[in-house]
Order: sequence, then structure tokens, then C-alpha cells
Amino acid sequence: MSIFILGLTVILAGGLVSIFLGRRPALASFLAVAGAAVGSIISIFPCFKILLSGIAESMRLEWNVPFGSFFIKIDAISALFLIPIFGLSAIAAVYGMGYLSSYSSRKNLGVHWFFYNLLLIAMALVVVARNGVLFLVSWEIMSLSSFFLVTFEYEQEKTQKAGLIYLIAMHIGTAFLIAFFVLLGNHNGSMDFDKISVLPSSLASILFLLAIVGFGTKAGFMPFHVWLPYAHPAAPSHVSAVMSGVMIKTGIYGLVRTLTLLGTPPEWWCWTLIIIGAVSGVLGVLFALAQHDLKRLLAYHSVENIGIITIGLGVGLLGISKGSPVLVVLGFTGGLFHVINHAVFKGLLFLCAGSILHSCGTGHIDRLGGIIKRMPWTACTFLIGAIAISGLPPLNGFVSEFMIYLGVFKSDTGSGMNELIPSLIVIGSLSLIGGLALACFTKAFGVIFLGLPRSSEAQHAHEAGTCMRFSMVILAACCVILGIFSPLVIRFAENVIPEITSLNTEQIQIELSSASGILNHFVAASLILMGIIGIITVLHKLLFGRRIVREAVTWDCGYARPEPRMQYTATSFAQPLVDLFRFFLRTNKDISRSEDIFPAQSRLNTDTSDICEKYIYQPGFKFLSELLAKLRWLQHGRIQLYILYIALTLLILLIWKLMKA
Amino acid sequence: MNNTLDTIMIFLVLTNLALLGLSRLGTCIRIVAVQGVVLGLVPLLMNNWHFEIRLAAFSAVLIVLKGIVFPRLLTKAMRDIKTLREIEPFIGYSSSIALGTALLIICMWLSSHLPLPVETISELTVPVAFFTIMSGLLLIISRKKAITQVLGYLVMENGIYTFGVTLVEHQPVLVELGILLDVFVAVFVMGITMFHINREFDHIDTDQLSNLKV
Repeated sequence: MSIFILGLTVILAGGLVSIFLGRRPALASFLAVAGAAVGSIISIFPCFKILLSGIAESMRLEWNVPFGSFFIKIDAISALFLIPIFGLSAIAAVYGMGYLSSYSSRKNLGVHWFFYNLLLIAMALVVVARNGVLFLVSWEIMSLSSFFLVTFEYEQEKTQKAGLIYLIAMHIGTAFLIAFFVLLGNHNGSMDFDKISVLPSSLASILFLLAIVGFGTKAGFMPFHVWLPYAHPAAPSHVSAVMSGVMIKTGIYGLVRTLTLLGTPPEWWCWTLIIIGAVSGVLGVLFALAQHDLKRLLAYHSVENIGIITIGLGVGLLGISKGSPVLVVLGFTGGLFHVINHAVFKGLLFLCAGSILHSCGTGHIDRLGGIIKRMPWTACTFLIGAIAISGLPPLNGFVSEFMIYLGVFKSDTGSGMNELIPSLIVIGSLSLIGGLALACFTKAFGVIFLGLPRSSEAQHAHEAGTCMRFSMVILAACCVILGIFSPLVIRFAENVIPEITSLNTEQIQIELSSASGILNHFVAASLILMGIIGIITVLHKLLFGRRIVREAVTWDCGYARPEPRMQYTATSFAQPLVDLFRFFLRTNKDISRSEDIFPAQSRLNTDTSDICEKYIYQPGFKFLSELLAKLRWLQHGRIQLYILYIALTLLILLIWKLMKA
Repeated sequence: MNNTLDTIMIFLVLTNLALLGLSRLGTCIRIVAVQGVVLGLVPLLMNNWHFEIRLAAFSAVLIVLKGIVFPRLLTKAMRDIKTLREIEPFIGYSSSIALGTALLIICMWLSSHLPLPVETISELTVPVAFFTIMSGLLLIISRKKAITQVLGYLVMENGIYTFGVTLVEHQPVLVELGILLDVFVAVFVMGITMFHINREFDHIDTDQLSNLKV
């Protein structure tokens, strides 16, 4: 525990020093990044130790806050979330040092890095806090520091809007969490998490629903996800990577922790989670498919992956309520492993998106193209991330989704129609998600990296700097390592699952070893396949290496002047699928074409706005603001009357209190 | 000793009522100054005129600030912005005095019901302290000129001070000094702000500031 605290102190020190060095941006960045990286490395060791041994460590200090105590504890669940938090944040910090260097003359980088390190500490505290008040305080610090990171380019109107939406969404979520902790603490008689009493089932259900909304807003469940497509594109890329990779996972952590506090789940909780997961997953990937902006696309993929994680948790919970060890072990292992995997590949993809943005100045997919030749490192790492996120073997994204599939295929809950429905929903939605994600990343990779540049920005693209390349390569390597060594890696669940359920260790080990046996086959098969591809590549080089390469235009069949704009665009690639799902997407198409014999200028504009935002939040907030406008007369701007309100309130309260006494 | 303290309390009530009924800013400033000086003597009085350096220094600071520095700053501000009278307050002078009397009754009732942790030295201190706070607030609420509002603020501080100094045997001097510092800064800032408001708009009527609202 003391090593963990030491690491946090180093991170904090780095942040505090940098805030005073606003005039020397290079030094400020270096010190803060060094603090974040060194501190994370120091703190990550105890986490590995706890995850491997399963022995929790805790610390309790006095804290002069009503109902609060500084009670922190690292158990296997916390350690599992802490590892990606520290790992990804450190790597993204190194990336950010390179990414932000071009801003150093315009922005105060010291302040930015201060909030970055603060966010890192707050995330770590959220995951280890074992007191409701401490949890809420850390949660709030996390929301606020990330708000300041999102609004880095505050002079742009787009960023201001994103920041506002983010701030409001976070606080609505926190409101539900405050209700959650007050109800829980009121029943338990203490805000500490270790004083658990058996909850009546109605209260447990209310708490579960509060947690779904409160934590779901952070995690990005449909329909609480509306802040994601705004905040991620607005934030600097390393911040998007951290926010999407690990910060939204604190929502998942909160949900898992809640499940450990609430006792045995009734069956409808599992249904709720599975359905939320399926809806978030499918709609998330569908909306991603219809996007034109790379970072917005990635933001919707976060919704999708949160959906997959939630499906995993739902399957695990179903196992608990039905008493099926295979569902419990494989569902939770799949869901929680996907937490780590998503952190790795989504972090990687956001960093790649950042280097594209950095070198081309635009994230609009249809304005890019052909940059594989100019940015080979970015292209290669993006490809690895894309394969991983699409859930293809042998990379890590495949393994976690495969565990969930395996769980529902092997489930032994019975063969009646009722028992099969959850399996069908899970298998159906997971395969739909996988297929659509593959289509989406084929579109993204193909249009961005292949073909010819579609604009002058893409023409002048250049490879990212050393810091940025270093971070991307490390994360890409993690994708491969986590995939290839997955039969070993999934053993982490041995110590995590006993924290969630009362399953005995032997059963968990049996299930995990049978799963890793199957994974072994997959890994072996994909290694052989990779070997064959490698041999073919080498042969190809040897045999054709000496031939002369002649360059010609791509489409030279009858066009007098072929030009890059004639290439297949991302919009047209996605069009069949977008049209197929137009019921959900409600894409707005604006077409103007000439009907004459001779072709004239014509144009097409497609725009897919978020259905939840358009049909739920906009009307809702409009209604609310009209309702509240009726109270505007209270706010007349006369300071004397404002003071009168305060004075009268105080006087009346005082009189009322004394009358009662 | 009780008699002296009671006299001071009654003096406070009378000055508060006078502040509510007067329109000349110069007189108001002087009344608040006298109030401050008299209250500055209370710590010495509480100690039975027994000399103690700490208390004497404390009293000296209070008297210098409230009796000399604040009135000077405010008089200078008043001259600079050429505003000598409060014209057309939100609540007229006679109704202010009537309201003040009503407040005094409410405060008497309040303090008779207020459970206090310690015995007070004089029965009058708590209601008068309340009343001073309330009349300060009333001044802030009912007047338009920024100077009168600063005065209301000072009166309020006098009330808080009365409450503290007479209730607690050994008043934590630090707390009082903290409040005093706040007030000092506030008067200072308000003086500057008033000057600027005046230069910008040619008047210091705070109610017209609401026109700035979008």
C-alpha cells in the first residue's frame, strides 16, 4: 500500500510542479509526464502483486468529513482496473508530450498537465475508495479535471459546446450516484463499503437502477452516451485515449462494485444488463458506421465496446442467479478482460487518430486517403488496433468476445425456450456487433490509409514524432501479446471472480483451464497462419524483389482525367449498411442533382445525428427550459432584492427553528 | 460594568435607528465611525479596564480602522463622486424606522428563545447584536447608493462583532481580526469599484446596474 501511495505522490508532485512552470512549456510537460510515467510504474507493481496473489491490502485514516473516512483498499477487482489506468495513462502521457509540443506557444501547457495528473490520481482513488463520501469526492475530481482537459481548445465554439454537454451529463450522473450512496449508507448505518447488511429486495432493486443510470452515464450506456461523441473529438487525442480507454471504465468498475454490495441478483437485473449491453453495442457500432469524423467514429465504438463489456457482466450475473458456474466464470472473465483489451486497442486507435489529426489537420475521413505511404508506423499500428477492435483472432479483442460466446454456448441452464433466449440475444448481438465493427474499420482503414490523397492536407501528411510513435508501438505490441498469451492471461480471473461471487476456487479453475485449453488451439492455429503469411511474404520478396516497379494511375480505363476525388468514399462504402438500418440511424440525406441531359454540378450531403439526442434530450431540455423560464422574474438583476431573499430566508429559518424548540 | 455595557447597547440601538432615518451620507459615515469606536472599547470594558497588551492592541487596531481609516476612505469616496445624499431609497426613511422597530421586537423575541451555550453578561447583548446585523442588512436592501451599502455592510460586521465579543469570555482574537481584514478589503475594493462605476455611468445608483443584465 505504501508503494501505491508513493506512486500517487510522485504523480501529484509532477502535476503541481508543472502548474508553476507555465512559462517554460517544454520543462513543464517533461516534468509532469515524467511524474505521471514514473509514478504509474511505481504504483502498478503492487497492483500486479495483488492481482496475482489475491491478497487485498487496505488502509484507513481519520478524515474530518461528516460520514467520511479515508478508507482505501486494493483488492483483485481494484487491481484489475488500476493496471490499465496506470498503464494507459503513462503511455498516453508520453504521447501527449509530443502531441502538444506544437501548442506550446499558444497554450499554458502547465495547467493542462496539472489536470492530466490530477485525473490520473482521481481515477486511481475512485477505484480504491471504500467509503461513499471519498468515492463521490474522487468521482467529482475525476469529472472536473477531465472537463478541463476536454476544453483544452476552449476558444473554439465546438469545444465549448462539448465541454458544456460533458459537464451537464457528468453531473446528472453524479446526482443519481449521490442518491445511491445516501440510500445505501442510510440502510447500512455507515458510508464504508465493508459494513454490509442484507438489503431488502425492493431497496436493492432501486439501488441497482440508480447505479445503472449513475455509472451508466460515465460508462456511456445507450441512451446516456450523448456526451461521448462530443467530448472525444473535442479533447486532445491523448486525453480522448485516456477518457475512452480507462475513464469510462470507472463506470463499469462502479457497477461491478455495486454488484458485490447488493447481494444475490434477481433474474431481471441480468436481463437489464444484457439488453442494455446489446442495445449499446449494436446501436453504437451502427452510429459509428455512419460517422464522417474519425474521432467521433471511435467515440461511438466506445459505446459499442462498453456494450460488449456489459453483455459479459450480464451473462456472469445470469450465471449467479441461475447457479451456473460456466456462465459466471466465462461471462465475468470475458467482460472484465474486455475492459483491459478495450483500454489497449481503443487507446491505440485514439493515439493513431491523434497523429493523423496532428499531421493532416483534419479528422474528416473523406478528406484523407493514401497516407499509408507517408505514415507507415501510424498505418501499421492502426491496422493492428482495427483488427483487435473488430474481434479477429489472434489479437486480444477476439479473446474476450470469444470467452463470452463460449460461456453462452456451453451454458448448462437447461434447454427450454426460456433458457435459450438470453443465449440467443447474446450470440446474435455479439455477432452483429462483430460484423458491423469489421465493416466500419474496413471503411476507416481503407479510406484513410489506402488509395490516393483526397485533399492537399492528406498530400502533405508526415509521420508522427518519436514520442508519439513509441506510445503507439507499445500499445500495438500489447494487443499482440495479450492475444497470443491469452491462455495464460485469462488466469487473472482466478482471484477476481471470488470477489464478486461465492463460487469456490476449484470450480473457477476448472472452467478457466478448459477455456484456456480451447484458446490454446486458436492461438496455435493463428500462429501457424501468421507463419504461413510470413513465409509467403518472404518468398514474394525473394522472387519478385528484383522486378521493376512502374507507377500508373489507379483507374485508367477510359477516364480522360482521373483524379483522387473519383475514389470510393467512406460514405459510399457505408451506404448499403446505413440504408439497411435506416430505421435506427435516420440519416438525413441532402441530394441535389441535375435532371438535364448534360451533367451539371450536383451534390450529396449526409448527416447522421444521434437519435437519443434528437428525440429524447433535445425535446426534454427544451421543455425544461420553457418550464423554468417561468421563474425568470425572480432573476431581475436587482442586488438589493437578492440580498433580501437571503436575509428573509435566514430570518424565517431561524424563527421556524426557534418556534419548534 | 453591567450598566456601562447596557448603555453601550442602547447607544447601538439608537445609532442603528438613526442610520435608518438619515439621508445625509456624511452624517451616516460619522455615526458608523462612532459606533465602531464605542465597540472598540468593549474588549477593555469586558476585562474590567484591566490593562493587557494583547487586548489593548486589539482595541487599538479596531478603533483605528473603524474610527479613522474607514470613515476617511468613505468620505474621500463620497467627495470624489460628489454624492452627498441618499435620494429616493426603495424604502422611505420613516417606514425604515418603523421596520427597524419591528425588527427590534422580532430580535428580542428571537433571543429570548435562542438557547445559548454560555451565560451572557448582559441580557441586552444578544438582541442588540441581532438587531445590528438586521439593520445592516436592511440598509443594504433598502438603499440605492453604493456608499450606503458599504455602510450597511460595516454595521452588519459591528453586529457580528458585538455578538462575539460579549458572548465569549475570551474571544478568539484571530477570528475577529480575520473578519476585520475581510471588511477592510471589502471597503477598499468597494471604494475603488464605486469610483469606477461613477466614472463610467456618472452615478452610483446600484439599482440601475441591473440594466447591465443581458
